[in-house]
Amino acid sequence: MSTPEEKKIKTDKRLREIMTEYYIEAKTPKEQTGKKIAWITSGGPVEPLHAMDVIPVYPENYGAMCGAAKMSTELCEKAEEMGYSTDLCSYARGDIACAEVNGGPIGGLPEPDMLICCNNICGTVLKWYEVLARYFGAPLFVLDTPVCHTGYEKEADTYVRHQIRDYVAFLENVCGKPFDYDRMTEVGALSVKAQKLWKKVLDTTMNKPAPMTCFDAFFHLAMIVTLRGTQTAVDYYEQLLAEMNDRIRKGISKVEPERYRLIWDNLPVWYKMRWFSDKFASHGAGFVADTYTSGWCGTLPHLDENDFLGSMAESYTRIFLNTGIDHMADNIVRMVEKYDAHGVVFHSNRSCKPYSFGQYDIQRIVRERTSKPCLMVEADMCDQRKFSESQVETRIDAFIEML
Amino acid sequence: MITAGIDIGSTTAKGALLQDGKIESVKVLPTGYDPGAAARKVFDLLLEEVGIRPGDVPGIISTGYGRKNVDFAVRSVTEISCHAAGACFMNPGVATVVDIGGQDSKVIVLDKKGRVIDFAMNDKCAAGTGRFLDVMASALEIDLARLGEFSGRADTVAAISSVCTVFAESEVISLISKGEKRENIIAGIHASIGSRIVSMVKRVKGGPPYIMTGGVALNQGVVRVLEERLGNAVAVPRTAQVNGAVGAALIAARRDN
Repeated sequence: MSTPEEKKIKTDKRLREIMTEYYIEAKTPKEQTGKKIAWITSGGPVEPLHAMDVIPVYPENYGAMCGAAKMSTELCEKAEEMGYSTDLCSYARGDIACAEVNGGPIGGLPEPDMLICCNNICGTVLKWYEVLARYFGAPLFVLDTPVCHTGYEKEADTYVRHQIRDYVAFLENVCGKPFDYDRMTEVGALSVKAQKLWKKVLDTTMNKPAPMTCFDAFFHLAMIVTLRGTQTAVDYYEQLLAEMNDRIRKGISKVEPERYRLIWDNLPVWYKMRWFSDKFASHGAGFVADTYTSGWCGTLPHLDENDFLGSMAESYTRIFLNTGIDHMADNIVRMVEKYDAHGVVFHSNRSCKPYSFGQYDIQRIVRERTSKPCLMVEADMCDQRKFSESQVETRIDAFIEML
Repeated sequence: MITAGIDIGSTTAKGALLQDGKIESVKVLPTGYDPGAAARKVFDLLLEEVGIRPGDVPGIISTGYGRKNVDFAVRSVTEISCHAAGACFMNPGVATVVDIGGQDSKVIVLDKKGRVIDFAMNDKCAAGTGRFLDVMASALEIDLARLGEFSGRADTVAAISSVCTVFAESEVISLISKGEKRENIIAGIHASIGSRIVSMVKRVKGGPPYIMTGGVALNQGVVRVLEERLGNAVAVPRTAQVNGAVGAALIAARRDN
């Protein structure tokens, strides 16, 4: 058995340092940094922002921070007081409230100079960013990515490629300088490199026992979301990968002994991460993969390093959440096989409609094709009022008894 | 071998004492505010009836929402596994168990060997539970135990469209004020529970033979609605209310404990 100290992932510390530096820079007055701030959706094309030396900040990443700090519910209540529905996504409610009260663990995000919204993750972001654009009086760019149920049509590609040209023109206009295509090539190469490393990190869990669980991946995800396209992210994931390989050599895992290997679907329940992790670990169950964190390296096959900007059209359009139910189910079936999992846990996330809507069908397909038990857990990624501990606990215990 | 199962539900605490595969005693008490004390009391009553001491019961398993509060149990098992075990014991070959208790309802699907292959539970909502019937019985000023008898006399089924207990209660109140017969309103309430349960049965692909357990199984009105909607008989074992406790005692008797 490994000691608690050995079980700890050492690279965690580096992540905290980098994220602190990142937010300090973002919150430093613009007169000092000379850099503009863009707010961008989690699935949005961030690389052109890095190429233009714009600091991207992510309301969704901040939403996760608020959730993990158990500060979201109060923010959601504030948004509800402002007139927003309790059925609205808790990231959106939290973010809109933060803009008003500078809430959350770092007292809100720095005011945006521009807003970049890509609807490949959901339709809510469109209205959410329109609200922000009105609130801050900041210019908004919307990248509209048609849903690819099964394949990717030429018409869709042409349509999105046109918009990427518009995106470049938008950035030139807001930044008041020409687009730097050479820098873009460098940033694109760094983004591909970081995504490949992230994929390798996630694949280390194919090892038995897995050197980490998805609860670690939810944490280490922050870098690929916020800083892909930078050398910092590449260096960081090299360090993390080295540590994972070292853990494999030494046989260190988070769950000892690892009796059950599971797959997680949907976003985490940020305010209950530790609880879920401990609850499953108490039964010797660890999550070796999830559909969420793998979303940030899932479209690598569609990226062309030699034409990064152009290939962004396909890679950003074909992300997991922008595909049909059959494709989503295929993905989970492949994961069950690849990671040799014993079962799948679906988080039916009250906030995330596109992620949760087809889950009953996906669950049925996965069960039919893999014969593995599946569990549906009802919760919300940030709004604690949507979580009932004893109900969820009974379901988890019963699921484990089925395995 | 003597074993005991203690099922601490939201409304009642149930206990069952088994000796060599035979039920020796069962007890039901209100849970009250102290689930640990209710568990102890129900266990004492079981011992008293059979005339044995705690040391004579080597295997005790707890289940139900208060399962972690039973400090004298060897271990706890979820009500899903216990209801499955109890149902198979009472009706061997059962394929689907519908259990409706005070605060939740569940459908458990079993394979031929009686192993749980899937289950569904109600959402974070009281509709379709014993609590729902409690609220309705009090709105209609009828003893809970007589709901089945009343709905049996209905000449038509009043429409209760809401799936929420609170909203359904206001629907019931407006039906009362319109002068609708209590019998018809109760039939509507049972139909509303039935439709929720049947959709859960379909979701997990449950099939016959069906068995119903939990306190609500004592309500013949709900059983009748389920039989109509499922198009099959729904067996109610005489131990329906204590089925979880019986299952827990059976699991306690298994060799691998």
